[in-house]
Amino acid sequence: MFPRPIQQTRVTTQIAYRIALPVALIIWLLPLLGVAMTSLKPASDLAKGNYFGWPSHLAFVNYADVFRNSPIAQYILNSFKVTIPTVIGAVALSCMTGFALAVYRFRLNLVIFFIFVAGNFVPFQILMVPVRDLTLQLGLYNTITGLALFHISFQTGFCTLFMRNFIRALPSELIEAARVEGVSEVKIFWYIVLPLMRPAIAALSVLVFTFIWNDYFWATVLTNGSSTQPVTAGLYSLNGQWVAQWQLVSAGSLVAALPPVLMFFAMQRHFIAGLTLGAVK
Amino acid sequence: MTPALADAREPSRRSYWRRNQRRLAPALFIAPGGLMFLIYVVIPIFRSISISFYHWDGLGAMKWAGFGNYAELWSDPAFVVSLENNLIWLVLYMFAVPAGLFIAIFLNQTVRGIRIYKSLFFFPFVISQVVVGLIFSWFYAPDFGLLFKLTKMLTGHGIAVLASETYATYGIIAAGLWPQIAYCMILYLTGLNNVAPDQIEAARLDGAKGWRMLWYVVIPQLRPATFIAVVVTVIGALRSFDLVSIMTQGGPYGATRVLSYYMYEEALSEYGYRMGYGAAIAVVLFLIMMVFISGFIWKMYRDETER
Amino acid sequence: MVQYSRRGIAALAVAAALVASTAAADTLRIFTDTSDPAPKKAFQTLINDFEKANPDVKVKWTVFDHEGYKTSIRNFLSADAPDLANWYAGNRMAPFVKAGQFLDVSDVWKKNGLDKTLASALPSMTIDGKQWGVPYTYYQWGMYYNKDVFKKFGVSVPTTWDQFISDCAKFKAGGVDCTTTGTKALWPSAGWFDYMDLRTNGYQFHMDLTSGKVKWTDPRVKKVFTEWAKLIKPGYVTANAAALDWQDAAPLLVQGKAATYLMGNFAVATFKQGGMKESNLGFFPFPQVTPGVPRAEDAPTDTMHIPAKAKNVKDAKRFLAFLASAPEQTKINDILGQLPVNNQSTVGNDPFLQQGFKMLSTAHGLAQFFDRDAPAEMAKIGMEGFQEFMAHPDRVDAILKRLESARERIYKN
Repeated sequence: MFPRPIQQTRVTTQIAYRIALPVALIIWLLPLLGVAMTSLKPASDLAKGNYFGWPSHLAFVNYADVFRNSPIAQYILNSFKVTIPTVIGAVALSCMTGFALAVYRFRLNLVIFFIFVAGNFVPFQILMVPVRDLTLQLGLYNTITGLALFHISFQTGFCTLFMRNFIRALPSELIEAARVEGVSEVKIFWYIVLPLMRPAIAALSVLVFTFIWNDYFWATVLTNGSSTQPVTAGLYSLNGQWVAQWQLVSAGSLVAALPPVLMFFAMQRHFIAGLTLGAVK
Repeated sequence: MTPALADAREPSRRSYWRRNQRRLAPALFIAPGGLMFLIYVVIPIFRSISISFYHWDGLGAMKWAGFGNYAELWSDPAFVVSLENNLIWLVLYMFAVPAGLFIAIFLNQTVRGIRIYKSLFFFPFVISQVVVGLIFSWFYAPDFGLLFKLTKMLTGHGIAVLASETYATYGIIAAGLWPQIAYCMILYLTGLNNVAPDQIEAARLDGAKGWRMLWYVVIPQLRPATFIAVVVTVIGALRSFDLVSIMTQGGPYGATRVLSYYMYEEALSEYGYRMGYGAAIAVVLFLIMMVFISGFIWKMYRDETER
Repeated sequence: MVQYSRRGIAALAVAAALVASTAAADTLRIFTDTSDPAPKKAFQTLINDFEKANPDVKVKWTVFDHEGYKTSIRNFLSADAPDLANWYAGNRMAPFVKAGQFLDVSDVWKKNGLDKTLASALPSMTIDGKQWGVPYTYYQWGMYYNKDVFKKFGVSVPTTWDQFISDCAKFKAGGVDCTTTGTKALWPSAGWFDYMDLRTNGYQFHMDLTSGKVKWTDPRVKKVFTEWAKLIKPGYVTANAAALDWQDAAPLLVQGKAATYLMGNFAVATFKQGGMKESNLGFFPFPQVTPGVPRAEDAPTDTMHIPAKAKNVKDAKRFLAFLASAPEQTKINDILGQLPVNNQSTVGNDPFLQQGFKMLSTAHGLAQFFDRDAPAEMAKIGMEGFQEFMAHPDRVDAILKRLESARERIYKN
């Protein structure tokens, strides 16, 4: 193990480490803690210039205000409406593409695979104008469907990379044996491979959920107004309304960040497994 | 895998599908995802390239421009500033890789509660960049921001980071590094978990420790993690749109523009009606990205064919 | 080069047309950006009144988010055009007029004698000799000031630039910002430029400059910045304004940390929200710079237009005529807290409105605002230059050179 386990070092080092851990964490999360504290300050504290001290009392009312006086609940609902279909769609499509690219040998296999991989890395800006035009022409501009359709398509690139490599690592004997038994290809996919993919599906789902929830660029390009905009873009326009009211900005930010954070803590193992794919070989 | 073998059984009672399913299946499985990807990703890339050769306000008719948009780029000070800033982003963002490694090493212990520490250190990555941007805007705010107060205390003269053309870009990059370091950290934590313990022990017996151990024994074993960390960091640096949009909107007076934001500004923002010019900016960004993408694909190709 | 499925789109279009044609008979679709409370209420009233007066027409009204509207209008004009949409006068409407997306409504002007009743807005509604929409409200710009601070420093309302600058020195000595602003969103800096130019060189010159007929490197333009620098170089403006939104700076005026604020009349609501009352919030016209230059003002006008692809043009024109009428403009501007364009209307009792109305009706000329008078691209580059100048007045020559090369390119076609 590297570095040397702390238990094998001198006592002073051990104590120093124990102290360093929380100190480092607090410094690391300082901006976040500051915002969390600000979100609980009554407006009067900020007006008086109490920016850093403890709140004079805990003003949970800021959170209530955020929900009462802004469409943030609607924004959050929109986010879910975009995110959940995207997760389902992208994972479903990539199960199939990943399966095809991992199991079959055909001439264009690697080419198609590399197109998926490369497409996943292109800058969004090169897609912006045509995708916006396409969405307009389909009559899907400023609709949840239009935004989700794009996300599904784009995420299919990353998900295919992930799924294909995952299926590749599965033992191929299973598939061979099934074929010898005369099981059809569709059934092989459905009854043999898919059940084995559960961990990959879980990992991808949490990852894609976070990516899409946090998307801001496409939300700005393809939607506007509180009836369709997800919470990231919504937060931006609320920030315009809440200028100088940092207690509201802070509370709104934390509310918007909450779902992916909960998702992360609930599904941490899967999340990290997905994210670190390829970090070890 | 030899398709001929499976087909040899029961040749007579087969429909077309049953006879050819091994050949048709991949196409059918790829079709839905592939088609969507084609329509929404592959074709738009070519369309953008074609739009970049036109003058177009997004409203009226397109007018052929040849290389006019590209020629204009080089004499456009805003483009040059954006390009320079992209370069600064690329270079400074790389700091996330060693910083992530450092924190990973720091946290790679088995004391009580370390799992919670790891999660909390990773936490910034899960938060949307919009929220990160707002958090740092608050941190940097003139007059009452934490950093402003701090610099005022130390130097007697507060620095309003986002109002200063000198510091604003660095301020935004610092905000971007926060989640990026967390990302690299988690990659390295996973990597460190898989470092072969016997090699470490052997090196220890040889008297290697500290930096020498890290440099000669550990880092070589972390190569896959380093590779992924560099790739995601480069992409993160070139995609830097959200933070610029939230924190400064490219200001003050365009000092924090990057290509991704400038493209949006020219094509679609409140005063931007230049789709063709915007497309040309996007193509330049795409070409820069393509250098890195090609490298990545090349490495994957080598890995695939070596197998 | 690559085409998206044409047939699918055509089918969709046919379907949309079928739906629309059955509904078009008596439905009037209106899109507005009036998401803030007062404008929303004003339009609600207007639409109710219109429906009452025209029972055969049913209005379908969609409100967009104020900021998002600026980009969405480009989409809906071509993809899903309503019968009416609101927008802004001057060069701000030029891209849509030139792309053929707004309908020529000169006949509405002629039939209703609007060139008389809306005379003040006629030039800013005219492109190529035709009118492209109907103005319904406008508001004044000028100096809002904290009366208590003025009293404390023994300063009276300045009428000349030199007087203003010497007052600034007094405020500065007392630790108060002479004037405050927040230029993060760029446009507040354009308010400053507009007034400096209008007062230094006059209305016609300003119009020539914004329409690209004068070089930015012209000595007369340079003179504007020389005068402006007298305010900026000694540090009379709030520091770090480039990182502030205009609302961020408003508390400085409210709390007496700043003496004046050059803004549009919409800011009064913000000042009052902060706790100011008519007893300590004052207004004065921007002081004179060059003696003898007739006084002109910024007065941005909001307008309504018929998209070229509107389906119910007949009723849309009836709506425009209704909107242009004196009683209706009186009514909605009462709610908006702004000024009616129709000169037969009456102005609300609010003292700031009264003062603004007097100021504007005696003005030599009315400019729209920099980002409505200049084309979009020039507006953006220009305002960035103004923002930079306010932070680094010594860079004036580099900035003007940059604006000039932008002018040469932008107005070429």
